[in-house]
Amino acid sequence: MSTRARYEKELKGIIDSLVLMCRHIEVAIEKCVKALVERDFDLAKEVFEIDNVIDKMERDIEQSCLKILMMEQPVASDFREVSAVLKMITDLERIGDQARDIAEITTQFGDEEYIKKVVHIPQMAIIVIQMVKDGIQSYINRDIELARSLDRTDDKVDELFNIVMNDLIALIKKNPENAEQAVMFIMIDKYLERIGDHAVNIGEWVEYAITGEHPKN
Amino acid sequence: MDNKFNITVRGCDLYYGNFQALKNVNIDIEENEITALIGPSGCGKSTFIKSLNRMNDLIEDCRINGEILIGDQNIYDKSMDINLLRKNVGMVFQKPNPFPMSIYDNVAFAPRTFGIKKKSELDKIVERSLKQAGLWGEVRDRLRGKAMGLSGGQQQRLCIARALAADPKILLMDEPTSALDPISTGKIEELMSDLKSDYTIVIVTHNMQQATRISDKTAFFLLGEIIEYGKTESVFSNPKDKRTENYITGRFG
Repeated sequence: MSTRARYEKELKGIIDSLVLMCRHIEVAIEKCVKALVERDFDLAKEVFEIDNVIDKMERDIEQSCLKILMMEQPVASDFREVSAVLKMITDLERIGDQARDIAEITTQFGDEEYIKKVVHIPQMAIIVIQMVKDGIQSYINRDIELARSLDRTDDKVDELFNIVMNDLIALIKKNPENAEQAVMFIMIDKYLERIGDHAVNIGEWVEYAITGEHPKN
Repeated sequence: MDNKFNITVRGCDLYYGNFQALKNVNIDIEENEITALIGPSGCGKSTFIKSLNRMNDLIEDCRINGEILIGDQNIYDKSMDINLLRKNVGMVFQKPNPFPMSIYDNVAFAPRTFGIKKKSELDKIVERSLKQAGLWGEVRDRLRGKAMGLSGGQQQRLCIARALAADPKILLMDEPTSALDPISTGKIEELMSDLKSDYTIVIVTHNMQQATRISDKTAFFLLGEIIEYGKTESVFSNPKDKRTENYITGRFG
């Protein structure tokens, strides 16, 4: 039987919050891209609200982690679990910001018709949502293979990023008047690509929590 | 004894009668480092530390096999001069144990035993030792006062000064701060860090944070065996053995 009941209860509380934060992020990415595709400004504005919730959750989880580090002074895998969460929530919070940024750009398109069909961006969104989920799931299940797989999945995101960018460059070349919208789409493209990178970071901290070695070291 | 004061232990078994307190202990303890010994009560840490200056010789029924070398000298060799060994390997205990005499006489005790009689020379040793132990400033005006009149933390630093006055090369400390408040503990930890450039220091501690704060290497003992030994940082961040992990995270058993 464990003699660290209080510590484990506190850690469980942190993990529950982390799962909830992850759930909000999935919804934020889903909604910001849906708002873009369907040109739904109200939906875009909902993302701002979700991002506020995500920011608050980051601060709360951060406080809980700092408290557990101070009060329980964990070592070994206990220490790694808590410090990994501290790092992961920074990436999760950034992902929330990027979903918000996408929503903000969406509202700036106005009523003008899109210069291109939005096809690859929703595909990117589906992949990065799964990556964020897998990142958190790999932490909960101590699943190192899943954590490591994120790096490979990210290659698909990068591929789509390049396809979208090349399309947009071609559109600008074809007609310089496309440039204004193209720049906005490129930013959205880049934000989604960055979300993939943050998910990879999460996977790396999961690897640290499990093995004690951060793959970048 | 030559002038190397690293400790090498090979295949060390120690028995109290039929009870085996140390089982095939192998460890290399480096000079100018602080080595922490951790483990649950009764795991053999104190037995081990005492075997490093043959204090177990005093216990009836105690038998020891294997080798314990300081430098190249096997300290259990018949040729070993036990007084020289004890002079070179000083010890500080859990409970401060000043002698019921003056502060000065406590510190001068060992040098007098070694035959130093000249007052000026003793004065020098007393001052140097008390300075090394970080106590000089607090007691310089009352060296003739009773050692027992000092606070617990001061008494423990006095005991360290007394050990240092013998001019040892190795310092063994068996839970030296477990009876002290955090301020006194902090002073002694700082003192140990200052002393390590001149000594080989081995400390038994039940305080995990103390081990991580001050030691370079950590050895985890369990049921008379060394389960894991390595750099303190790696033992505490990423222990290799599940039993070490369970002990240091407080999930023992």
